[in-house]
Amino acid sequence: MSIRELEQIFLDKIDREIKIEPKDWMPDQYRKTLIRQISQHAHSEVVGMLPEGNWITRAPTLKRKAILLAKVQDEAGHGLYLYSATETLGVTREQTINDLHSGKAKYSSIFNYPTLTWADIGAIGWLVDGAAILNQVMLCRTSYGPYARAMVRICKEESFHQRQGFEILLVMSKGSPEQRAMVQDAVNRWWWPSLMMFGPHDSESTHSEQSTKWKIKRMSNDELRQKFVDMIAEQVKFLNVTLPDPKLKWNEARKHYDFGEIDWEEFWNVVKGNGPCNKQRLDARRKAWEEGKWVREAATAYANKRAARMKQQVA
Amino acid sequence: MNIRITKYYYGDIPEDKAGGNGSAHTVAAKPTDWPLWEVFIRSKQGLDHKHVGSLHAADAQMAIENARDVYTRRMEGVSIWVVESKYIHASNPEEADSLYEPANDKVYRHPTFYELPDELKHM
Repeated sequence: MSIRELEQIFLDKIDREIKIEPKDWMPDQYRKTLIRQISQHAHSEVVGMLPEGNWITRAPTLKRKAILLAKVQDEAGHGLYLYSATETLGVTREQTINDLHSGKAKYSSIFNYPTLTWADIGAIGWLVDGAAILNQVMLCRTSYGPYARAMVRICKEESFHQRQGFEILLVMSKGSPEQRAMVQDAVNRWWWPSLMMFGPHDSESTHSEQSTKWKIKRMSNDELRQKFVDMIAEQVKFLNVTLPDPKLKWNEARKHYDFGEIDWEEFWNVVKGNGPCNKQRLDARRKAWEEGKWVREAATAYANKRAARMKQQVA
Repeated sequence: MNIRITKYYYGDIPEDKAGGNGSAHTVAAKPTDWPLWEVFIRSKQGLDHKHVGSLHAADAQMAIENARDVYTRRMEGVSIWVVESKYIHASNPEEADSLYEPANDKVYRHPTFYELPDELKHM
């Protein structure tokens, strides 16, 4: 079959909502886009553990500590589901991880912001996981089978993350004046970076058009961002704090909230590596990889030794 | 009719079918790399084991322990199977048409093929 015929079969499947599976023919660009997108998504889950990990030893109670541990463990699991999905496209795990460590592969810029107080852990659950969920719910219907299946599993688990985050803030918002001030401060700092998570405007996004055609993405960056703003602008009312945007206002004609413009200079700066914690995050990942090397080697040596012993027993 | 079933390892995309330069982004795994395992979970007693995903581990025991941590954190399973991915053989999707063709014209294998009087009960 010619490439053209194969491509026609592929596009026909996309049209008819038939999922693409690992061994199906796919255009090289589709494969590359998926490798880039899914591995970035995986890296985001893994790097996302770092700002939260910072608070495991500082959680205010044993209950909160146990919850946070469970959440961070989930993020590791999500990273693994996604690395596995990336591997079905023909890249090795090690290559994917090398690309993160060399700085070639990106991860969500949101994790380059620091977690200064306990309220930040609440704000991350509510806003950051909230934004991620909107994106991930959309991706449950993405055209690549292993990616869609990973997303379904992840979405089932994410809902707990968002609810525990909101609950942290809810409890604090009913606390002392200092605690209420912490909630407002955390919301002030996380609001704009959360909006940036949806990526550049549709008119500026380099990857969006082709990804929509191939049904990798099913909603545009701006559509998802609007959905998020509408959702959060209502939820914030329960916390007795405000979102740091004077232009945020319900628009009766549009049936949506209007909101102010994102500081895109900040966005691109953080993407390019100049955020508050970019270096710290990558250093932590590299350190974990290097210091875990002996464990990986020891496990391999042990497995080999045990296999050899079993062989001997059989013989 | 001559049906040739080509076997591929799971996730192992033949280069000529990779849609362009498939080899460019693959790197040879090093001997210290842990092999890939496919994980199957029985969600409750009485149901089949179902494929849930994959992971890396040095050996079968570690694969089962990792599978427990990754795929059953919320009581999703009562039994785990793991098998090294390289031992899974699969049919070729491009030959699906000819592979399943023999079943195409055998409608009489379905109970609805037989027209019987409505009054007939328990059948």
